[in-house]
Amino acid sequence: MELVLSLAIGIMTASGIWLLLRPRTFQVIIGLSLISYAVNLFIFSMGRLRMNATPVLTSAGVGEPALYDDPLPQALVLTAIVIGFAMTALFLVVLLASRGLTGTDHVDGRERR
Amino acid sequence: MTANWLHHLIVAPIVLPLLAGAFVLLFDERRRVLKATISLASAVLLLGVAVTLMSVADAAAPAADVYLLGNWPAPFGIVLVLDRLSALMLVLTSILAIASLVFATARWQRAGPHFHTIFQILLMGLNGAFLTGDLFNLFVFFEVTLAASYGLVLHGSGPLRVKAGLHYIAVNLAASSLFLIGVSLLYGVTGTLNMADLAQRIPMIAPEDRMLLEAGAAILGVAFLVKAGMWPLSFWLPPAYSAAAAPVAAIFAILSKVGIYILLRLSLLFFGNGAGASSGFGNEWLLMGGMATMTFGLIGVLASQAMGRLAGYSVLVSSGTLLAAIGMGNAGITGGALFYMVSSTLTISAFFLLIELVERGQDTAANVLAVTMEAYGDEYEDAVDEEVGLAIPGTLAILGACFAICGILLTGLPPFSGFVAKFLLIASIFNPAGLGDPAPISATSWILVALIVLSGLAAMIAMTRTGIRTFWASLEGKVPRVLVIELVPVVGLLLLCLVLTIQAGPAMRYMQATAQSLHAPQDYIRSVLAAPRVRPEGEASR
Repeated sequence: MELVLSLAIGIMTASGIWLLLRPRTFQVIIGLSLISYAVNLFIFSMGRLRMNATPVLTSAGVGEPALYDDPLPQALVLTAIVIGFAMTALFLVVLLASRGLTGTDHVDGRERR
Repeated sequence: MTANWLHHLIVAPIVLPLLAGAFVLLFDERRRVLKATISLASAVLLLGVAVTLMSVADAAAPAADVYLLGNWPAPFGIVLVLDRLSALMLVLTSILAIASLVFATARWQRAGPHFHTIFQILLMGLNGAFLTGDLFNLFVFFEVTLAASYGLVLHGSGPLRVKAGLHYIAVNLAASSLFLIGVSLLYGVTGTLNMADLAQRIPMIAPEDRMLLEAGAAILGVAFLVKAGMWPLSFWLPPAYSAAAAPVAAIFAILSKVGIYILLRLSLLFFGNGAGASSGFGNEWLLMGGMATMTFGLIGVLASQAMGRLAGYSVLVSSGTLLAAIGMGNAGITGGALFYMVSSTLTISAFFLLIELVERGQDTAANVLAVTMEAYGDEYEDAVDEEVGLAIPGTLAILGACFAICGILLTGLPPFSGFVAKFLLIASIFNPAGLGDPAPISATSWILVALIVLSGLAAMIAMTRTGIRTFWASLEGKVPRVLVIELVPVVGLLLLCLVLTIQAGPAMRYMQATAQSLHAPQDYIRSVLAAPRVRPEGEASR
């Protein structure tokens, strides 16, 4: 499980960075999204990976921290997802404005000659 | 009772702009006077609150005033922490806010919708970032600030702003990802996000985890260095700041200081003298990076043709000086750096406002505004002609005088606060252990002092050249039409610099006390972790 997760995070980050450095605004936004997914998974993994453990207290096991998963990173991921989503939407608007004003989707607003 | 009331006042800098921003949203875009009045009233109230909080913080020192937001004890719940440094930043923010809001009422608030709402949300984010005592909460407030700043940098629209804004947003989104990675690494190693708790646990980290912890802290640091504009993470800054509308650029002068504030706070809290094996971590990087930024900034200042870029590079010089000073890791130098930060922030803010007024007489600014209005559409077309208010005589003389004072301040010549600030910095770099200590001066200190002096020289050359070209040899262009209400904030900010010079003694005592408590964070940690819970009515005290 650890290997799969770290591979997923690594591949997503690498693709994200590559796309971020591309000249088209659409590529940049997809790159930023991929990076934010990778970061969300990364935050999640920082709470240690556990199978079949709930983050919410049940009446059966109060006072037994070993039974539970760490709930804090999950709450953090939730916040990070919301913020990341909002920022992506905002970036999309700016991207469209830039396309409308300059007539090109190059990040510098003009094609390289 | 009054003590209790003052205690709750800590929340005001966050809640007040939030409410004002939401309230302003209710009114139609055409009711500008009402919107501006509410917005300005909020900023003035904020200044009052901030000054009150400053006296509270000063009275409570060396302990910090801690506010448990959910009434949960410190490492578990989110806390707001008020100490001298955060109070200082709050005051500085509200002063800049008033200046740029007054300036914006003259014409810039009409260049796009919801200016005041976004502005208030920006203030909320800034104040929250200065007050929070929790890393993740810091991230949230940071994002609030950034989201508002994205809106503001695009205020007025036009191809130039959209292009600069696009770059600005992309860079900051990438930096936010780094922020999250850093925060989660720190959490993964230490299991806490509370700054005071982190500071307490870092000396006890097992040696095998130390590398992970330092990697996390370094990644977190990079996120703030992007914000502060350290070379080579700063190429986005001059275009974004010079493309932004003048009142926006004026408040952005504090935005790059947020990064500095957090670096100062966290590096001294986490890696101060009590941090065991990690003590002093990152200081060399800050010092070297700061000096590289100063070099880059001073070359940029010399190379700038347009005044907007000149101001943008001045932001970099100021950031670089502060980073290098923090990197020296000495209480005396930090005190001088704080004074320099206040002085240079006020100066740069005034300079950004002034640039727009001066350039209005030349064709460039008129073109930008025309494009702005065109892009924005017919709805606001009436805005250009509708210049009400008093146009003052002798405009050029007053503008010229303000420009000269800005130059003197940026250069660091007497009699203004720029001189006091640089003098304090250089004096404390040469005498790190206090005056009269015959310790040898290290090579790094010499280089840093040389860079401080050289950056002053570069600012003087650039300002003289620009000043001569604008005010003495202005062949083309006409006398700009400037309203009194637009000059008031510029003159006000410059007067504040003068006040800072005259009151340098008390101001410096405050800064030194701030620096002392930053370098001895035990009191901060203790007061956060021992903050008493408010007992609900009827709960028996145990």
